[in-house]
Amino acid sequence: MSVELWTWIVVFLTFGLYIGIGIWARVRETEGFYVAGRGVPAVANGMATAADWMSAASFISMAGLISTLGYDGAIYLMGWTGGYVLLALLLAPYLRKFGKFTVPDFVGDRYYSQTARVVAVIAAIFVSFTYVIPQLVGVGTVFARYLGVPSITGLWIGVAVTALFAVLGGMKGITWTQVAQYTVLIIAYLIPGFAIASILTGNPIPQLALTFSDITTRLNQIQVDLGFTQYTQPFQSFDMLNILLITACLMFGTAGLPHVIIRFYTVPTVKDARASAGWALLFIALLYTTAPAIAVFARYNLINTLNGKSIEEVKQIDWVAKWEKTGLLRFVDKDGDGKITIAPGRAFNLIPGTNRPDFNNPNPNSKNEVFINNDIIVLATPEVAKLAPIIIALVAAGGLAAALSTASGLLIVISSALSHDLYYRIVNPRATEAQRLLIARIGILLAVLVAGYFGQNPPGFIAQLVAFAFGLAASSFFPAILLGIFDKRTTREGAIAGMVVGLIFTASYIIGTSYFGMPRWFFGVSPEGIGTVGMVLNLVITYVVSRLTPEPPKEVQDLVESVRIPRGAKEAHYH
Amino acid sequence: MDKAKAEAYWRANTTLIRNLLIVWAVVSYGFGIVLVSLLNNIKLGALPLGFWFAHQGAIIIFVILIFIYAAQMNKIDQQFDVHE
Repeated sequence: MSVELWTWIVVFLTFGLYIGIGIWARVRETEGFYVAGRGVPAVANGMATAADWMSAASFISMAGLISTLGYDGAIYLMGWTGGYVLLALLLAPYLRKFGKFTVPDFVGDRYYSQTARVVAVIAAIFVSFTYVIPQLVGVGTVFARYLGVPSITGLWIGVAVTALFAVLGGMKGITWTQVAQYTVLIIAYLIPGFAIASILTGNPIPQLALTFSDITTRLNQIQVDLGFTQYTQPFQSFDMLNILLITACLMFGTAGLPHVIIRFYTVPTVKDARASAGWALLFIALLYTTAPAIAVFARYNLINTLNGKSIEEVKQIDWVAKWEKTGLLRFVDKDGDGKITIAPGRAFNLIPGTNRPDFNNPNPNSKNEVFINNDIIVLATPEVAKLAPIIIALVAAGGLAAALSTASGLLIVISSALSHDLYYRIVNPRATEAQRLLIARIGILLAVLVAGYFGQNPPGFIAQLVAFAFGLAASSFFPAILLGIFDKRTTREGAIAGMVVGLIFTASYIIGTSYFGMPRWFFGVSPEGIGTVGMVLNLVITYVVSRLTPEPPKEVQDLVESVRIPRGAKEAHYH
Repeated sequence: MDKAKAEAYWRANTTLIRNLLIVWAVVSYGFGIVLVSLLNNIKLGALPLGFWFAHQGAIIIFVILIFIYAAQMNKIDQQFDVHE
């Protein structure tokens, strides 16, 4: 059977499974809709969090990115995992004890202020929309590459499936679908990883193969022979300060992202909240420790397959021909010797104002004759390793699972911000249970449609948007929640001043340096890392302003004392 | 729950958090970034040690830290009788 037929079968089966789970998990009350009835076991919540967290970018692009960055890829590896330690130790247990539905719930109640609640609602919606757009774009891309379906059609198929299980099942439907999606995506990631490790090193476990075989030593030698620096050589793309700040910004941003935080509202007890953060990171680490191994194997393999070979012969290889057609792989014979040369620098100049190469415009300043898009590294690994068509089909389904699971987690945040925080907590606090549930369903449907629209017409600055999301989360939510729990003296005025200054500083630096030619005036810090500075600024201002303003009311101080004690989490939300 | 006991419980918790976060920062920012070139003179298996921390070790230690926290807190919860 052909790869395409297998892919249709696997995609059809997995989508059927997700919809089936949505129908089975449909809910009748808001507790079920927003927090899955707080009945999710710790291990299942760990899996759901892992699927929620690992997006199309983690699944498809990360290994390729690391393979290009070498050591410097550490910013993503440590940055997108280290935040879970902060979540588990500093936030998750206490937010679970607090026991409402959303992040703005905590900010609004703890800071006894509707203004703070509205700021939190706006930040939650902005951060989540920023993030959901690339997910839906990713769904369209997978459909286009594997099934020959136009990417817009693929995108709307994904939107329809997500809408179905999210509207019916709310958080409960999303949670159990994410458990299934995690299973699909991790199998799809690990099997090609085992296969290629085994072929290249004889050791099937990618992490052990990376550490104990001589593959990296060989890659280092090849890189030096071709004029690159060693793969393991640090600080080639960023200096030490930027590596530190970007890593920190991704860590603190992770801990401040609403779609990750609300997953910890769904478990029965505080004890489960702590444990499920551990399970979540264990499940994430399975992929995140495999990715750097695949990055090394794939780079070694690609250089060996291509460098010095005749261009005509290479073009006969199946996967080369296929990926060349998609524009993700391209050769140019600059020196006219009919052979491929891999060297440092770009093979082609970029189309001005974009990140895409202009295939009619070879770059004369580099001897490099190959353009390889980062995404190929994961997508082509099964073909390079000559695995069965069903495995290739599974990778397509894995990419879809990663994108859809993240999209659905973000959509519930947007929907709950609109229907719970804005409608119920601010506009109509006397709404009945039935009204609230109806509004929640309409909210998620609206969110899915708007996100679909933006997925179809993505803004041109997606890459900066992701930096923005993390910078924003790090410089606003993380300090507000952290001090809300650990510093009883933090006041409404302090928290609002801190959030506003943190946000304005971070946003203006990112926008200024990216679009208005502002120099990187803060010690040359790149926009991806500036959120760390915004966070420190926020912490300092919140602390100082809080000491200069009247202390929080007695009931707020009691609230802080109560979230610090685990007992009573099961009843806490019925007051 | 009386105030002194609540404060002692909170102190036990924050001390544990502080200790674990020191390890968290040392393995990632310390071994993985600031000291990477120094540690790269040592080999773990076939990999330079600093590189190993940045691409493998720190992540593995993060997972272990969370499970240690969860287990220790369960004990502290029992000890102060605040468990569920």
